[in-house]
Amino acid sequence: MTSEVAVVGMVLLPLLAALPAVVWPRQGKHFAAVGLVATWVCLTVLWIQLWQGPVSVVLGSWPVPLGIAWAVDGARAALFTLAGAVMTAVLIYARKEFALVHQPEPTSQKGREKLLGQRRQAESFWPLMLLLWTGLNLVVVTDDLFNAYVGLELVSLSAVAVVALAGNAEALSASLRYLAYALMGSLWYLLGVTLLYGQHATLDVGLLSQAAWSTPTDILALAIITVGLFIKTALFPFHAWLPSAHASAPAAGSAVLSALVPKVAFLLILKIWLDAGAAAASPAALNVLGVLGAMAVVYGSLLALRQERLKLLIAWSTVAQIGYLFFVFPLAGGPAQEQPWSTDAWSGMWFQLVSHGLAKAAMFLCAGLWLQALGHDRITGLRGMVNYMPITVLAFGLAGVSLMGLPPSGGFAAKYLLLVAAFAAGQWWWAVVIVLGGLLAALYLYRPLAAAMSRPETPPELKPVAAGWQCLPLLLALTAALLGLASAWPFEALQIGRPDWQEGPL
Amino acid sequence: MSAALPLALLMSSLLPALITFCLPEKARAWRNGLSLGGAALMLTLVVYTLQAVAMGAQFELRYSLVPGLDLWLRTDALSLLFLTLSAALWLLTTIYAINYFGHKPNQSRFFAFFGLCVAATSGIALSGSLITFFIFYELLTLSTWPLVTHKQDERSIAAGRSYLTFALPGSTVLLVAIVWLESAVGPVSFGAPAELQTLSDTSLRWIFLLFMLGLGVKAALVPLHGWLPAAMAAPAPVSALLHAVAVVKAGAFGIVRVIYDVFGIERVAELGVGLGLAVVASVTIVWGSLRALQQTDIKRRLAFSTVSQVSYIVLGAALIGPFAVIGGLVHLVHQGLMKITLFFCAGIYDERADVREVVGLNGLGPRMPWTSVAFSIAAMGMIGLPPMAGFVSKWYLGIGGLQSGQPWVVAVLIASTLLNAAYFLPLLYRLWFLPADAAQSTRPSAESFGLVLPPVATAAVVLAAGLMAGLAFSPLGWATLIVERLYLP
Repeated sequence: MTSEVAVVGMVLLPLLAALPAVVWPRQGKHFAAVGLVATWVCLTVLWIQLWQGPVSVVLGSWPVPLGIAWAVDGARAALFTLAGAVMTAVLIYARKEFALVHQPEPTSQKGREKLLGQRRQAESFWPLMLLLWTGLNLVVVTDDLFNAYVGLELVSLSAVAVVALAGNAEALSASLRYLAYALMGSLWYLLGVTLLYGQHATLDVGLLSQAAWSTPTDILALAIITVGLFIKTALFPFHAWLPSAHASAPAAGSAVLSALVPKVAFLLILKIWLDAGAAAASPAALNVLGVLGAMAVVYGSLLALRQERLKLLIAWSTVAQIGYLFFVFPLAGGPAQEQPWSTDAWSGMWFQLVSHGLAKAAMFLCAGLWLQALGHDRITGLRGMVNYMPITVLAFGLAGVSLMGLPPSGGFAAKYLLLVAAFAAGQWWWAVVIVLGGLLAALYLYRPLAAAMSRPETPPELKPVAAGWQCLPLLLALTAALLGLASAWPFEALQIGRPDWQEGPL
Repeated sequence: MSAALPLALLMSSLLPALITFCLPEKARAWRNGLSLGGAALMLTLVVYTLQAVAMGAQFELRYSLVPGLDLWLRTDALSLLFLTLSAALWLLTTIYAINYFGHKPNQSRFFAFFGLCVAATSGIALSGSLITFFIFYELLTLSTWPLVTHKQDERSIAAGRSYLTFALPGSTVLLVAIVWLESAVGPVSFGAPAELQTLSDTSLRWIFLLFMLGLGVKAALVPLHGWLPAAMAAPAPVSALLHAVAVVKAGAFGIVRVIYDVFGIERVAELGVGLGLAVVASVTIVWGSLRALQQTDIKRRLAFSTVSQVSYIVLGAALIGPFAVIGGLVHLVHQGLMKITLFFCAGIYDERADVREVVGLNGLGPRMPWTSVAFSIAAMGMIGLPPMAGFVSKWYLGIGGLQSGQPWVVAVLIASTLLNAAYFLPLLYRLWFLPADAAQSTRPSAESFGLVLPPVATAAVVLAAGLMAGLAFSPLGWATLIVERLYLP
């Protein structure tokens, strides 16, 4: 009973906090705080329950396929935890970013409009974040593909709105472009799901995985769904919307957008290719997914290298880092699912997903704080930051360590596991991309770090930022950087409820 | 106790470093107290461990990460050789650095990363498995960058860039070598050499090459040495530690570990890769010396000298005879002592007499006697004059070369000795026999006790290590113990 309440609570609690935040926007941050605490309590209960085994609940008191199955295992709970950690940091940070300075009522018409705009921005942020969180948790928890669509839409639409918050021309055009892509992705996904329903009369992942995926319609549906999700997860070459959207959103929003939102669609790809449609996953198709991932790693990194603005650089880095996740398909999908190295590949992918989320959120929060202090985010303008805001520079550096995959970070654990799997599978070409990607990450992250370390010719004019705020990204970055050192327990936790996992190392 | 000791050895440098990160710039007394206290504690622990390990004790600590990834700290005779060197020189360098920096800014950052660097070095010394070695090796790379760029000027930033340009691809190659090897034979620990039969000889040769490329960057093997002279832009205490202990030695130590504890002597001999490495090391020895001869900047001359001298260790390891190994291992300590003395002195000349070029040394000897005597002893040791420590290393290396049937090694050693003399003796001549120019001689002599103590102490040890090489706890005695345990298990 407790476990069922906890599962439902993960979706319901953020939603319950979002609704009053819509009605009473001035008090948004207080509702957000209450929702945050409540969801964490719920998550803690869930983890305690999980230790006895995976938990599930069927909604509507009808058995599947009439009812909808919600389930949580170790990996899904890991994603809950990541989302919780990022949301916590972001919702605290947003109190600074959207703090309305108590200034005398502006006399000019223009000044009053500006203040109103700022207020609107602040008031919309809280309910949007909470709705996004609701959608995310829904996609994570549900085993029904249409139910997942609802969650996916909730995430996409809130994300588009967050991008538009700033209200300037750049933000509006970025969010429009995002909206166009997101809608296209949704349509493809919905079309594919409809086809599947016509074929199998169910959209439950568990039941679909037992069905025969043999007809051309099945394959077509699989392809359509996958393309739709590629767009949403911004896999190369469907990534065009991501950098501008992530760079134009307010920093608090960018952190969530980069750390969490693409992962939602990725989770669905995972559910479909490793679970629901595993029967149709041929090695050739899985290799295509891997190759696209490899191209994303290289292309995203090369473009990150060319950016002049920090937020764009971080956004392009997201395009690259998402690519690594797709190596799981050739290494642990289809026939490889039975192989001993699939556990390593699969767990490595999860480590990558979680540590990238933490590190990326930390980076965007750093960028946001620098933006507030300097008034711009040009990389060359960061000179001397190590002397003025040392804590954020340390946080950025530690997050970078995780993105480069250097020990003892979670990124290292991820890369190590993926490398071992690639060598064990004899598919050494993925290993080449993995280590090359690490070097490219070092290249593009070097520029902001070296700039921060250099002495400026003239000291920049800075608005001081209190050390307490700077500690927020540091905490996220430290978690990412030390995840590798404390990786034994997370590794075990990931395996909770994983059917094809054998006890002990390879 | 047996698990607590390696942990305590590591924490004695790691914890002070982490606390120093949080200290405000003004907390001078706290910061210095922490660094000195940590260093003294570490030295005490090392002395205790030394006698225990000499009696045959083993301390180890295992901590599991994801499957296949274990952090494994372990004390054997070889790890203690490196650990003792780091602990002793950390204490002296800390004393030196405190006096060197005085009231300059950004010291909390400096001492924090400095401590982290020492912690990484201790971790390298203590690692009991390949992957543990790699983790600390990377930590060393990362913690060294802020030290190299500490001055924050264009030159330091460029030096830091050059360092990372070599170091990061190097560690990537190293990781590939480790994963390739371990995917075939399982996790490799240094205590029990792995069964390598599952890999073909060709694969093993490739893996060995990758290992040498990855480790050769830090050991500054030609042509991977480009970063080392550039890193001279760093403050003197950093150069001293980089050249004597931390970075270059980590590479050399790794090469010794790979040859003796991963591949094993017999395998390396069968594969015939030792000879190739010995040739590369010899080329490095001669090339480094030739380049040193051309430098007019004192620190750059010393840097190229390091390139040359560190390869003695690699040469000793690659020759695979017991005497050659003793020579190489003992040089790990001897070179550290001599080079740190030279860098301490170069730092004092720079800081207190504003002398950076070789010509500036004219007549400095009588005016800065303590510094110059220490400098001279270390320089003569580098040349290999008896009774200084350097002589012992060269003697054993030469015999080892003959023993391994590679008489050309003796020719390399003689050539190197002549070149060493050619680039060090002019410095000594300028120091003691040439008159100072007018502008210099009016400046007051400025040797302070805290700055001069460390080089004088290390110079004394250089003398003692040569004179008392026969004692069991001299570097030579300990290296002999290591080799006895290697060859006569």
